[in-house]
Amino acid sequence: MTTLTACLRVRRGTADDPPRYDEFAVPFEDGATVLDALMWVRARRDPSLAIRYSCINANVCKECTMAIDGRVAYACTTRLTAGAAMVLEPLPGKRVLRDLVADTRPPREKL
Amino acid sequence: MPDIDTDILIVGAGGAGMYAALSAVRNGAERVLLADKSLVGRGGATVMAQMTVAAALAEEGEDDPDLHLADTLEAGRGLCVEPLAGALCEDAPARIHEMEEWRVGWARRDTGRIAQVTAPGHSRPRCCYVDFLNTGPAVAATLRRRVAQVSAIRRVSNLTVTDLVTSGGEIAGAVGLDLSEGRAVTIAAEAVIIATGGLTRLYRRSSASANMGGDGYALALGAGAELIDMEFVQFFPIGHLAPRLVGMDPIMWDPFRYKLGGRLLDGAGNEFLARYGSDEAGAYTTPRDIATYAITKEVAAGRDSPHGGVYLSFEHVPHTALEAAFGPVIDRLARHGIDLTKAPIEVSPIAHYHMGGIAVDTRMASRVPGLYAAGEAAGGANGANRLSGNAIPEALAFGERAGRFAAAYAAGRRPVAWPRDLDAVGRIAKAAEGRRGVAAAAELLEGLRAVMQEDVGPFRDAAGLSRALARLRDMRAELPALAIAPGRACNPALADWFELRAGLVAAEAVAVAALARSESRGAHQRDDFPATDPAWARNQRVAMAIDGAVAVV
Repeated sequence: MTTLTACLRVRRGTADDPPRYDEFAVPFEDGATVLDALMWVRARRDPSLAIRYSCINANVCKECTMAIDGRVAYACTTRLTAGAAMVLEPLPGKRVLRDLVADTRPPREKL
Repeated sequence: MPDIDTDILIVGAGGAGMYAALSAVRNGAERVLLADKSLVGRGGATVMAQMTVAAALAEEGEDDPDLHLADTLEAGRGLCVEPLAGALCEDAPARIHEMEEWRVGWARRDTGRIAQVTAPGHSRPRCCYVDFLNTGPAVAATLRRRVAQVSAIRRVSNLTVTDLVTSGGEIAGAVGLDLSEGRAVTIAAEAVIIATGGLTRLYRRSSASANMGGDGYALALGAGAELIDMEFVQFFPIGHLAPRLVGMDPIMWDPFRYKLGGRLLDGAGNEFLARYGSDEAGAYTTPRDIATYAITKEVAAGRDSPHGGVYLSFEHVPHTALEAAFGPVIDRLARHGIDLTKAPIEVSPIAHYHMGGIAVDTRMASRVPGLYAAGEAAGGANGANRLSGNAIPEALAFGERAGRFAAAYAAGRRPVAWPRDLDAVGRIAKAAEGRRGVAAAAELLEGLRAVMQEDVGPFRDAAGLSRALARLRDMRAELPALAIAPGRACNPALADWFELRAGLVAAEAVAVAALARSESRGAHQRDDFPATDPAWARNQRVAMAIDGAVAVV
């Protein structure tokens, strides 16, 4: 059986860091989502990769919003594609906290 | 001096936490801090629930809270803490009507009455809902709107509470970590309400959101409270396994199966329920525990489907019948490339709800003065098995009570002296230093989920539970040596470490209680003690010793 892989090209660092991208080869399965792949990377390749999600499956929390190949999308509903690397960047227009996490907290919900 | 001073701290901002906040202010609290690891009102379990809410509204015929209670007690297999179950059933109608005043939009019949359907285990139509598969999100959104209008409620997102602080055995507040900024935070509070939900995320296969890792149980144990009924984790037998499906409730196949007669098939395509004493003969009435048992045994025997479950097939059901019964869902499935008339799906038992939790009285007060619990985090109301539809009324009814009684408690008190020597803050700061270790918490969290799935799942035996306990205790001992990536702000490795520390305590509480209960009852099934033993018709409690040991008391 061939193990198909997909590739993620992920923007790393904080707003103050110079732009840097890391590439991760991840297992590919039909129907798998970008969030599945990111969770796999965190558990098995790089636990320091900052992503944000809560509901995982339901697409109700909207926390995994990011830029995927330049378009704003949910990591949990975007299907992984094999072949060319998918470019993942934090949601534009918000302060970048780290890696793929932009500060999406409502202003009134901060300390 | 603590960073924040509040009357009441509420940990967890799902349905129970938000209702508790509203209720606390309504009952006189002037300063309420509503904190959530995720975003207020968007994390937790409430927002995930697509199904129904049980309350004796009597919209579809005769019903009253006593009849609802009778069904709840029956489902609980003799273990419900009756006063708590009674409070749930008694308060539910008022909470449902109040939600309606706040414009949640319960589905209605043409007559204008709130629609109520008969969910499994109910003796009459009692379960209301919001169309379409939108019950939980609508409840969460309604409470979120209300909470945002109350100036006495301060909302804080991305704040994880890591330890409660007590002084002379009474609640003094809590310490936590602002995950976004990576800053340790100290909070003085007269009372704390734990509304963190359950622990189903500790299982590899679950319907849980990321926040259901059992942290509230660890907080309560650490503060000196007891937990009750921890061995009872409800597994849903035919949770969705494959193909990958997002944005739909993984427990949605139940109504499909009993309305349309889905067939359960092993990996080779053969029916197998009859081998386990359940000859459905087209009636599809196999109880959940037998279905879970049969599927677990088929998988263990190597007769599983490609993803490690079994097949659920609707291929014999005409497309028109599928459309007529579940039209909008069929359309959504089609968008996921799933055609039920062409191929079966794969299903497996998944952890769905935890009956156990923090031991409380009907004021939702734990044995620690000032410490309250609400929602799934509170244990006892559901006994050994939860009646379907009881989770959201539990969140609302217990949230209302916790807020009310915590406000009364806080009103009559002078602030407890804030302990000066606060080791917990030091621990947080130290953990944040960036440590090089052999393994990372993210990896161990996966290991924890595997241990729980394999040895503390729906079917247990002494050998497996003992193996699990040894492994959990080893992992707990490894905590101080785990690697934490450097950096404070938004450092996921730091959040993982605290999640793992709490999750291991909660997992151990489940395993010790499961090992001690040498019988099978409800959601707790022992392969080595398959019969229900009348002598075990009692609740077990778990506590933590000074040295951190978790044991049945």
